[in-house]
Amino acid sequence: MTSLVVLPVLIPLCAAAVMLILRSPMWQRVLSFVALLSSLAVAIAVLVEVWTDDEILVTRLGGWPGSFAISMVADRLAAVLVVVALGVTSTVLIFAIGQRSRDEQSPFYHPVYMVMTAGIVQAFLAGDLFNLFVAFEILLMASYVLLTLEGTREQIRSGTTYVVLNVIESLVLVVAVGLIFGATGTVNFAELPARLAELPDGVRNGLQLLLLVAFGIKAAVFPLFFWLPDSYPTAPSSASAVFAGLLTKVGVYCLIRVQTLLFPGEMRGLVLVVGALTMLVGVIGAISQQDMKRILSFHIVSQIGYMVFGLGIGGTAAIAATIFYLIHHIPVKTSLFLVEGIIERDSGSSSLASVSGLARRSPMLAMLFLVPALSLAGLPPLSGFLAKFAIVRAGLDDGHYVVVTVALVVSLLTLVSMVKIWVGAFWGEPSNDRDISQANILLASPSMSVATGMMVALSIAIAIGAGPLYEFAGDAARQVLDVGGYVVGVRGS
Amino acid sequence: MKMRSSAILSELVDRWLTKVATLIAVYVTFRGHNAPGGGFAGGLLLGAAFVLQFLAGDEPSIRRRPIRNPEMLLGVGLLAAFGTTLAPLIAGGSPLESYIWKLDVPVIGEVKFVSSTLFDLGVFAVVVAVVLMILRALGTEGAGVSAHRGRAASRDQGGAPR
Amino acid sequence: MSVWEFAVIAVLFGVGAYMVTERSLTRIALGVGVLGNGVNVVIITAGSNTGEAPILGRTGDLTDPLPQALVLTAIVIGFALLTFLMTLAWRNWTLTHDDEVEDDVEDRMIASRAERMDKSGDQPHHEDVVP
Repeated sequence: MTSLVVLPVLIPLCAAAVMLILRSPMWQRVLSFVALLSSLAVAIAVLVEVWTDDEILVTRLGGWPGSFAISMVADRLAAVLVVVALGVTSTVLIFAIGQRSRDEQSPFYHPVYMVMTAGIVQAFLAGDLFNLFVAFEILLMASYVLLTLEGTREQIRSGTTYVVLNVIESLVLVVAVGLIFGATGTVNFAELPARLAELPDGVRNGLQLLLLVAFGIKAAVFPLFFWLPDSYPTAPSSASAVFAGLLTKVGVYCLIRVQTLLFPGEMRGLVLVVGALTMLVGVIGAISQQDMKRILSFHIVSQIGYMVFGLGIGGTAAIAATIFYLIHHIPVKTSLFLVEGIIERDSGSSSLASVSGLARRSPMLAMLFLVPALSLAGLPPLSGFLAKFAIVRAGLDDGHYVVVTVALVVSLLTLVSMVKIWVGAFWGEPSNDRDISQANILLASPSMSVATGMMVALSIAIAIGAGPLYEFAGDAARQVLDVGGYVVGVRGS
Repeated sequence: MKMRSSAILSELVDRWLTKVATLIAVYVTFRGHNAPGGGFAGGLLLGAAFVLQFLAGDEPSIRRRPIRNPEMLLGVGLLAAFGTTLAPLIAGGSPLESYIWKLDVPVIGEVKFVSSTLFDLGVFAVVVAVVLMILRALGTEGAGVSAHRGRAASRDQGGAPR
Repeated sequence: MSVWEFAVIAVLFGVGAYMVTERSLTRIALGVGVLGNGVNVVIITAGSNTGEAPILGRTGDLTDPLPQALVLTAIVIGFALLTFLMTLAWRNWTLTHDDEVEDDVEDRMIASRAERMDKSGDQPHHEDVVP
């Protein structure tokens, strides 16, 4: 049973290997689906197991005992994120195939996509710091390729910034890993908490700062976010949807682990301030933009701020709210980018100046945009409202009135910039050069629309099932905060 | 194919160095279980031989190599590596666990075979394939420029980083 | 950890950091390579004692093999990254015939707006900002 944990990583990797041998596009697509869906099935089995029994599933590679082995660890938080990640990657795959874009035709698109999925899943399941670093490298390397697969000038330009920035991030991370190993003699998550606690304060703070900077670049928090709004918009829509939905969230997940497992509750003030600034700067950037993809990219930054804010508050309620926010935000952001992809396919541009009147042409598309957009802004009764409400309440309980005010203002500004997209792209008269009766946007590519619909449905489902889900987030938060339980669970003493 | 002035050099490299390097590479790969070596080092040795051959001025020889299709080699290598990770699960062990078989071969004597050798061979294939792909993508003039820009270039980039 | 190891690390980091701030992608790639080596030296010096090579059959005071395994992994990853950066530089060169890293869209927008403001001397309109 415990060996299940390794399968969601291995299946996509094996599929990628087979795809390199069988290079027919048809087989590659079929294999991608089979691989992702079977991984998803395994991941759901793992989630059920972890949810019902209050235990942590551990796979030790090579059958080595205890903390000698490289271990893959699935606790509640990791298991649920793996399920969400695989759900999102499968849905986006439907979208990508329906899009028939140039990069999907490349014989390397599907293998690389599989490798990226495996990297994301491995990052959630990594049981030691170095394995986490390797997982990051796998998913980053795949994302570099996906970002620049078409090799256009614009992609190369933004890809360069993205790659160099992330390489620097990796170097910071690997220095942190090396120094932590030097200071404690281990990189295993189960051994680290006790050993880190013995270190002098100065060394501990330094190591924590290094980790925060490394994961902060990845998560795109305030002073380190500048690479994101520049590089994501140039990626093909399907790739940028996965990047936007998942890659930054892997960074947030790692920040959660740093703040709860390795250095519980330290430097909260710093994290809190960074969270507030991230929210504010992201949304202000979004308001000044005129291009849909760039607006949405800046919103990623701003939304990350909420999660960092929750992390900065600390405590079970706040961590639970952060986890709920994380789960809700992945499908919402992904579906916004997917809608943008449909629009871009139709009108050939994502600039607000050149798109208009979509609501009249396709009311359904307008709905598909409106639901996640309002959810992002935090309007009731959508999932975004519940997530923001939980975080704000945790903030008020803890007395962080200034940051809570910032959060509310940012929520309002988010609504303003969503309204801007709405007014610019959906209202008004359709462009004259198109025959309205013929151009049914959603039917032009059914699988793209279905994929987008599935994502939106998922975010609505999160709103409907918010009660049980929030309870689950609470359980996950309690487990995450229980360092002793994690150590015992992983060591399997 | 145009002949270059460095024909003698490339002839020598091709006839002697490549073969010797291949032998050493195989030796290093197989001794790697308990001694220094292994699939990665062996693959790099063979890859270095290919690079040397390429630098000797025999550019088209990359296309003449027995392995015309590095993607295939890459896939086979990855599959061998991931397969040896996966296989112990089916046998009820932990992923990546290795098994040892001892065989009595008539002439040679006792042969010890460790299942992780397959993993090493996979790594070997991957490294060689990556070197070949790098040579093809970056070493040949004009690949990806102008006419077949889109497709060829995206292939090259897709292949390079692994 | 001796002063010399510190010195090596400092030089590698210094050279690498300087090269990464260059404008040419080839130099950035080389800088990343140098920085990566600096990082590897950090792991080795911070993480391991000096002693015999940790090979089966040797006895005595063996070094800890784990940092070496970590560094080997880091070297492989660094190699792949360097290749990818080189590929990007090469691709950039085939497209534009230089390997300069260009400014990002935001920078260029601000620059062009500043230029316009200099010329016309009044506030730019909202629509002017469209790239």
